[in-house]
Amino acid sequence: MSTKPASQRNFDALQKSLVTFGSSLSAIAFALVICGLLLLVTGKDPFAAYGKILETGLSGDKLLEMLKRATPLIFSATAVAIGFKMNLFNIGVEGQYLFAALIAAEMGTRVSLPRPLHILFILIVAMIAGAAWASIAALLKIHRGINEVISTIMLNYIALSVIQWMFETFFRDDSDGGLNVKTTEIAPSGRMPDLVDDRLNGMLIVALLIVILYWFVIFRSRFGFQLRASGLNPIAARTAGIPANRMVLIAMILSGAIAGLVAMPAVIGDVYAYGPSAIATQFGFAGIAVALLGRNHPVGIVGAALLFGFLDSTSAELQLSGIPSSIVKVIQAIIVLVVVIVNEASSRRFNRRTAERAALALKSLDTQ
Amino acid sequence: MITKSKNSRLLMFVVGALAVISSVRLWTGQDALTSSSTIGTALRLTVPILLAGMAGLWAERCGVLNIGIEGMMIFGTWFGAWGAWQSGPWVGLVLAILGGMLGGLIHAVATVRFNIDQVISGVVINLLAFFGVRYLSDLVYVGKPGGGISQSPPQKWALPRFNLPILSGGEVAGWKSPDVLGRLETNRWFIIGDFGGITRGLTSDLSWATVIAIAVVPLSAWLLWRTRFGLRLRSSGESPVAAESLGIKVNHLRYYGLLISGGLAGLAGGTLSIVASSYYRQGQTAGRGFIGLATMIFGNWRPSGVLTGAMLFGYAEGIKLVASDSITALFLFIAAVSVMFFVLAVLRRKRTQIFVALGVFVLSAVAYRTIDTVPESLTQSLPYVVTIVVLATANQRLRPPAMAGVPFRPGEPH
Repeated sequence: MSTKPASQRNFDALQKSLVTFGSSLSAIAFALVICGLLLLVTGKDPFAAYGKILETGLSGDKLLEMLKRATPLIFSATAVAIGFKMNLFNIGVEGQYLFAALIAAEMGTRVSLPRPLHILFILIVAMIAGAAWASIAALLKIHRGINEVISTIMLNYIALSVIQWMFETFFRDDSDGGLNVKTTEIAPSGRMPDLVDDRLNGMLIVALLIVILYWFVIFRSRFGFQLRASGLNPIAARTAGIPANRMVLIAMILSGAIAGLVAMPAVIGDVYAYGPSAIATQFGFAGIAVALLGRNHPVGIVGAALLFGFLDSTSAELQLSGIPSSIVKVIQAIIVLVVVIVNEASSRRFNRRTAERAALALKSLDTQ
Repeated sequence: MITKSKNSRLLMFVVGALAVISSVRLWTGQDALTSSSTIGTALRLTVPILLAGMAGLWAERCGVLNIGIEGMMIFGTWFGAWGAWQSGPWVGLVLAILGGMLGGLIHAVATVRFNIDQVISGVVINLLAFFGVRYLSDLVYVGKPGGGISQSPPQKWALPRFNLPILSGGEVAGWKSPDVLGRLETNRWFIIGDFGGITRGLTSDLSWATVIAIAVVPLSAWLLWRTRFGLRLRSSGESPVAAESLGIKVNHLRYYGLLISGGLAGLAGGTLSIVASSYYRQGQTAGRGFIGLATMIFGNWRPSGVLTGAMLFGYAEGIKLVASDSITALFLFIAAVSVMFFVLAVLRRKRTQIFVALGVFVLSAVAYRTIDTVPESLTQSLPYVVTIVVLATANQRLRPPAMAGVPFRPGEPH
């Protein structure tokens, strides 16, 4: 009864992922209806707004910008997703990537290396810095039992303070009379080459590589299996001999390392330095939204990041045509909320149906 | 009997703390430590943190984590400023509360009705509030004189402020009463001068909003621990299954708890945009929602503890604003307090406490001797560092509601 042929199992898996995809799509549609109502209430024409978004977003120019804007989101969503896969909520991506951005930008100016090595060096420093900051939360959880949600929130704000202090006291470059609120610029050998001149840099490739690596490590390796097992059922995992504390530490370090890359498209591809106003914030929280929308699945993450990038890329044009650009961020937040609610409801229904089927099967065994 | 000895211990503690801070003030000559202007500023800064902390307390007591306090506060600042700009500060405060309750309602629908992860809902509410009010500002404030996408036009009216009569020279029906505490403060005598400064700071130039905010603490304590409603609400945070088996409608209570939580967070935001300033500004909350969360943990999920934590963080922020050069004097204060703890620990023969007190003493003494100015950027993170330290050292003594954060589905087998 339980042994199905392989083709049947594949069909089941396909069916399940189709259902997932379909429910996500309908959730997005529902969220757009809610936002449309919001637009209507505030005196804007929703059809005009959505039309404008589609019209500008689909032009070739904006599709490049979509890719550019999706790149940091892919990093931060992957970082968050690693945590989610073992029931760790890393809200601290925000602090981790900003800390890593400062350290990597500064260390990048202190070495002189040939091109590929210099870039690699900066990326590795960023990953180490992000991982180091994330490991504080892991150690607090392992040794003092502090919930990572609380500690990473607090560490976000501590990171902001520490970054500001380090930047103002040590790393700020005052060589041009203090007007330049940035660190020293990274030498050309440490700059990421552009894929499309001044539009899109090579960090997109790195992001896609990271996602593939994430897929392989989490879904295809023994470590990934242990990680997912710890997340799904910590007690069973411990009974099976998976060291819980070490898994927390490794998961947080991996998550922090990828978080360290979030600001790299800007640091080595755009600004070539760290500056408090030059490096965009809030990617950590947007990453949580993208990971949720993509259900922690590599394909889902890339798709969700592209959707967010698509919406973001239209904001300037929207503003010009009289619709406040913040509406795209509101749309994103509502999409995530609705998708999470729909996911929860559908997984509850799925669990109930499984339970009912199991009960029926038991019953039929009894009567035989 | 028990309450009497508790009261006398509290009195001793207060007098002791006063004596220490007074000696530090005389030793360092930093009169700003206990001046009424410092305390007054500290009180104004305490209020939003206190309300945010109480918002967290109400939510967690009914069993739901509230990471979205920051977002609910943002709703409060925006709607409060809008109401105050349109039709006066009192309308503004009411709208601030309603705005916060809107956030609380979203949180309740998402977590109680649909059972989604409570942290996720909170994070999304923060995002929604931040960008939602930006959208509204773009529609309402852009183009108005003094307004813009990140700022509201200034309000024309302010809430009335008053001094307490007799104690701080308030007016009663046109009669200017004496400023007794002010006279005490100007003497600057040992203990008495500090007492005058502190109490005058607490009783002069008061806003009615401050009075309301402080009243929230005893009111919440009474509601939660002395009424049937409070008992039921807390039981749905401690043990929803048991509560349900007694016929309590857990989910209804969680709706109430989250609406109250949202309302308090909204009021916290309202005090920022109506009392502490006279306009809405983007980023006005500046992480105070999370400081509120920190305060709730520091205060061990109790109203009195939240009040203590809020005063501590408010004082630290206040002294930074009024007299940033007197911060180093606080190192001396910490050193003196750790000496007292050291003596107590020796008397009680608690070895680890002895070492901790000694360590703190050495650190703070060295800090006092060597550090001239504390960088502003680092002092900002004090509440967060304190929270992590408290969690790391006193975790055994903290008693959060047992089932806060665990989703609950009524009527299903558990």
